[in-house]
Amino acid sequence: MLTILFDGIAYGLLLFILAVGLSITLGLMNFINLAHGAFAMAGGYITVIMVHRFGISFFWSLPAAFIITAVLGAFLERTLYVHLYDKSHLDQVLFSLGLIFMSVAAVDYFMGANQQIVNLPPSLDGRLQFFGASIGYYRLFVIILCSLLTIGLQLVLTKTRFGSRLRASVDDQRVARGLGIDVSRIFALTFAMGSGLAGLGGALGAPFFNIDPTFPLKFMIYFLIVIAVGGTTTITGPFFSALLLGVADVAGKYYVPAIGGFIIYTIMVAVLIFRPQGLFGRVTGR
Amino acid sequence: MTSLAAGARVATADPGAHLVAKARWRWPEFLLWLFAIALIWLAPSRYLLFNEIAILALLALSIDLVLGFAGIVTLGQGAFYGLGAYTAGLMAKHGIGTFPWSDPLLGLLGAGLVAGFVGFLSSFLVLRGSDLTRLMVTLGVALIVQELGNKFRWTGGADGVQGVMPAPLLGLFDFDIFGRTAYLYSLSVLFVLFLLARALVNSPSGLSLRAIKGNVIRARAIGIPVERRLVVIYTIGAAYAGIAGALLAQTTQFVSLDVLSFEKSADALLIVVFGGVGTLYGALVGSIAFKAMYDVLASATPEYWSFWLGLALVLLVLFARGGIIGLLTALRDRLDRARSARA
Repeated sequence: MLTILFDGIAYGLLLFILAVGLSITLGLMNFINLAHGAFAMAGGYITVIMVHRFGISFFWSLPAAFIITAVLGAFLERTLYVHLYDKSHLDQVLFSLGLIFMSVAAVDYFMGANQQIVNLPPSLDGRLQFFGASIGYYRLFVIILCSLLTIGLQLVLTKTRFGSRLRASVDDQRVARGLGIDVSRIFALTFAMGSGLAGLGGALGAPFFNIDPTFPLKFMIYFLIVIAVGGTTTITGPFFSALLLGVADVAGKYYVPAIGGFIIYTIMVAVLIFRPQGLFGRVTGR
Repeated sequence: MTSLAAGARVATADPGAHLVAKARWRWPEFLLWLFAIALIWLAPSRYLLFNEIAILALLALSIDLVLGFAGIVTLGQGAFYGLGAYTAGLMAKHGIGTFPWSDPLLGLLGAGLVAGFVGFLSSFLVLRGSDLTRLMVTLGVALIVQELGNKFRWTGGADGVQGVMPAPLLGLFDFDIFGRTAYLYSLSVLFVLFLLARALVNSPSGLSLRAIKGNVIRARAIGIPVERRLVVIYTIGAAYAGIAGALLAQTTQFVSLDVLSFEKSADALLIVVFGGVGTLYGALVGSIAFKAMYDVLASATPEYWSFWLGLALVLLVLFARGGIIGLLTALRDRLDRARSARA
């Protein structure tokens, strides 16, 4: 019971780190980037290559995954995404779907279609007994790291000058621009950060998920649910919805394996029926 | 937005006259359908391919109704396609080639009803919220249906439904291995449903859908029952997709789990955009172009086909907004202008 809760929280926090970038970019630019999962996949493959091809420590591969995907994200934002902000949602969906298809095929070409398994470093392999709950060291590591990241994110958003500029831009882009805030620069930075976090999430998740080229497609629905349920105006909304989703998904797959896959969809439908604006979202004019 | 531009060109004060003018048949339309019929004699060895194109066109048409005329971005039309395919497939299989259950037309009806019903139910979820929620719901419904198709014993799981035996069409025409009956059958169904869709979008109800797509708040303010219109068009779209699936099951006599895959929905969405959103003919032209592209690119490297597909999507969004039909209309407008400048 406790073990499942624990695993679910680890999974939920991971989902949050994976999806938070998407949530902010969506709130900021009203841009639907379905290809967000491709950055996570990139992070996962960076880990696989570093750990298994070059024998570099898993711990070094985490910051590397963050930096490389962040740079990749910044590059794509400046060259491609920037042309799509004023286009319709349909165009954004098609464009990011196109990117997904390309990334899936490209990864298939370079890395092969089979699943990649990342072996844990020996220091994180093993379990800990704690009040009858069996806790994997790696999950504990994920929970601690993701919690620190979440707290850090929240601090950056609420306490720093960048954070207040970002929040101002999310709330009202035009007024923020009028006050002399360089919204497009903030957006580029945020996009890079979000992609980097997705990459880091992909790297952290690699030992769980056994990533393969179809990762962006498989996780697309998870991201969408996290954000549609949590709303895009805050990061606490997606945080709680990711936790809820993580715990429900793990518990569902454990207790009722026959219908476990449907649990998340049931939550999705229930939330939509009772709270169409999202569990934590507030009703906005936009 | 080519459709709006086209509307502005024949702007009249009288909406009735406007609709009548829009509903008039033009010569390229005749040409396209005559060509489709002529293919029966022109290329008798490729019936199976043409049959596939006709079915794909019907699926794309169903998306165009929902997306092009009501503005609902859907990633899950494959759910209804698959539901239709399974319904018709199971009906034909258990009817063992005899009248009521295995009759192809009744199969179409059953598939349309089942898919339409599920579409009707899920339309209430689709109505809620923004484009983002719609994406999530359409994708979610598709994933649920796919999971169900995989889990249930009577859908055959990953093996699919085998031994689908439709009775002879109208009790007269057997489905031959060359696909001649199949192509004629699919083409006729496509034509009839196309006529219906064409009549629908050129009706006052279709016009009100465009108003909703243009501006929901304004549409509501002038008294259009927004919710009801969206439910109706989404249900019709789902039924169309179901019928397309039924055609596939009956003519290929096999249903695989692939019909429910996300790729199927994405392909069909791409076809509509490729051909031109909100034009109806875009679905037809798009599926021809799509299959041609597939033939060229996938025969070289089948496993990397999705790369070229993705590239096509990206380029299309960045450079060619209206799709093929959009390009053709732009060309025609330029010719018209050149002609009127000379006169």
